[in-house]
Amino acid sequence: MDLLLNALVAGVLLGGFYAAVTIGVSISFGILDIVNIAHPAFIILGSYIAYILNTRLGIDPIVASVIMLPAFYALGGLVYQIYHAAFERYGQESLRGLAFFFGLLFITEVVLILAFGVDYRYVEAPYIGPSLHLGVVDLPLRMLVPCLVSLAVFIALQIFLSGTFIGRAIMAVAQDQLALQLMACSPTRIKRIAFGISIATASIAGALLVVIQPVEPSIGREYIGRVFAICVLGGLGSLPGTLIGAMLVGIVESLTSTFYGPSWAPAVAFGFLLMTLALRPAGLLGR
Amino acid sequence: MRSWVFFLICVALAAGVFGCARLIGNDYAFFAGYVVLQFIVLAQAWNILGGYTGYVNFGSAAFFALGAYTSVFFHKFHPLPIPLLMLLGGTVSGLAGLGMGYLALRLRGAFFAIATLALAVVLQTLMVNWSYVGGARGAYVIRPESVWLIGNYVHYLFLLMLALAVLAITTARTIERSRLGYGFATIRDDELAAEACGVPTLRLKLIATTLSGAFMGMAGAPFPYYIGYVQPAAAFGLDYAVNAIAMPMIGGTTTWIGPLVGAILVASLQQWATVTISSELGLLVVGLLLVGFVIVAPSGIVGLVQKHFSAGASAASLGRKAKPADTP
Repeated sequence: MDLLLNALVAGVLLGGFYAAVTIGVSISFGILDIVNIAHPAFIILGSYIAYILNTRLGIDPIVASVIMLPAFYALGGLVYQIYHAAFERYGQESLRGLAFFFGLLFITEVVLILAFGVDYRYVEAPYIGPSLHLGVVDLPLRMLVPCLVSLAVFIALQIFLSGTFIGRAIMAVAQDQLALQLMACSPTRIKRIAFGISIATASIAGALLVVIQPVEPSIGREYIGRVFAICVLGGLGSLPGTLIGAMLVGIVESLTSTFYGPSWAPAVAFGFLLMTLALRPAGLLGR
Repeated sequence: MRSWVFFLICVALAAGVFGCARLIGNDYAFFAGYVVLQFIVLAQAWNILGGYTGYVNFGSAAFFALGAYTSVFFHKFHPLPIPLLMLLGGTVSGLAGLGMGYLALRLRGAFFAIATLALAVVLQTLMVNWSYVGGARGAYVIRPESVWLIGNYVHYLFLLMLALAVLAITTARTIERSRLGYGFATIRDDELAAEACGVPTLRLKLIATTLSGAFMGMAGAPFPYYIGYVQPAAAFGLDYAVNAIAMPMIGGTTTWIGPLVGAILVASLQQWATVTISSELGLLVVGLLLVGFVIVAPSGIVGLVQKHFSAGASAASLGRKAKPADTP
């Protein structure tokens, strides 16, 4: 019973973290229809930058990721600009766009391997060691802090998307580009901003990842399926759906690794994904 | 050219290649050549699905690894000759491809691509947890010293892979020029319209995924005997998936020549980089080439060459037309 309770709590915390990892894809894939399978690679990049800033300058990894937000935003804008100029403009985004992002994923991974090797890297922060005890339940701060940060990012983005003009324009891009143009708003500019934001979240997610576990360059691959599983499960582009999907996958994965062993956990998300795609392609809260 | 004539020419060429390699007599040539041939098969196999029907498969490594693990399984269970193992590996991967094809029934474009990635991870997890074939630790496969009639075992593997490459190239070319190929092309160009015109898209897609998977499995079956040690992380490695996509993309996806040219170029380049610099750098070059070609030259090397020639041809025909006007 204690074991079950602990597994559930760990699952919720893990799910909170997965939400941060997925939110970028929810924006790029769900809202903008850009199949950015390189997103996990950007997250790992974020992890490594947080790692460098942490070990060289002693900055807290999460603070470091917030400092790096503008850089990631700019990177996202650049990637979108290339994507738009080369594929989207010609309506050929499907096959070649996929290959483009797959190439980006691979290049990022290989560059990281060339620069840092395949050793696991970790960061130091005051909240990595200790944990809170509530009765029989353990709350490791290493998991709790990322979960809270992730929820904060989520709430901030939700307010931004539903409250500001640009946020609403981003939601509108998904629905009707022509109408947006008639409102004197360039869909390309709005998409660039949105994609920039989506990559910027990778900076924070990367820092959270390196807080939770040591990272090595190829670890991002495990997250590709997980991220898209959650994104599709939650109904593309729906932020509350993404949060629910993330929690669900987190809990099931945590239960699986507690009761069957951690080596089975990666299959859970993919099983979820295959099942969702086969049974309910619109997701839980589909549009 | 008829298919069987083409096949005979390919066989003659392959015999020539094997003869030359024997004359050089350097074992490394066989080792490196095997990898190049293996990538020719993988690239052709990927192209049957990705290039002809337009469905992107990111899970090539999974089919390749399925073939390899079929061999490992039978190596432990009851050793069989490699050509038979290739058939078995091809069957297993072909069935997996058929299953994947049923997914394509519902999924289009990006969703299909993501599903193939998912399939690869599910299969990898299964292999990691299956201790009979080595689990996460991997399995050693000790190859025999020599083989009847040919002698050196690596030469034998090289010959087998050469035969498979000929088979893959001929199959790809035959498909391209048959009703099947035109059906595939209609799916690539506009699936909805094709279906409305009575093209049996589902059956065609199933044929494509099965064929593509089967060839990847056959390419993977001799792999344990070549490498001597198989572990999931290596057999399911992302570099197979990337190479299988990069080679047709760099060569050109619409004809059988593209994957062939791409595979020979990229695989040789990689072998060269592995020996002289480092294998990571070789992979980096592949990634950069993939992204570069996708952005700048969407129809690959074949497309560039065709454009060059057709530009020359139209200039020439313009010249011919212009001449009579000059001299009345």
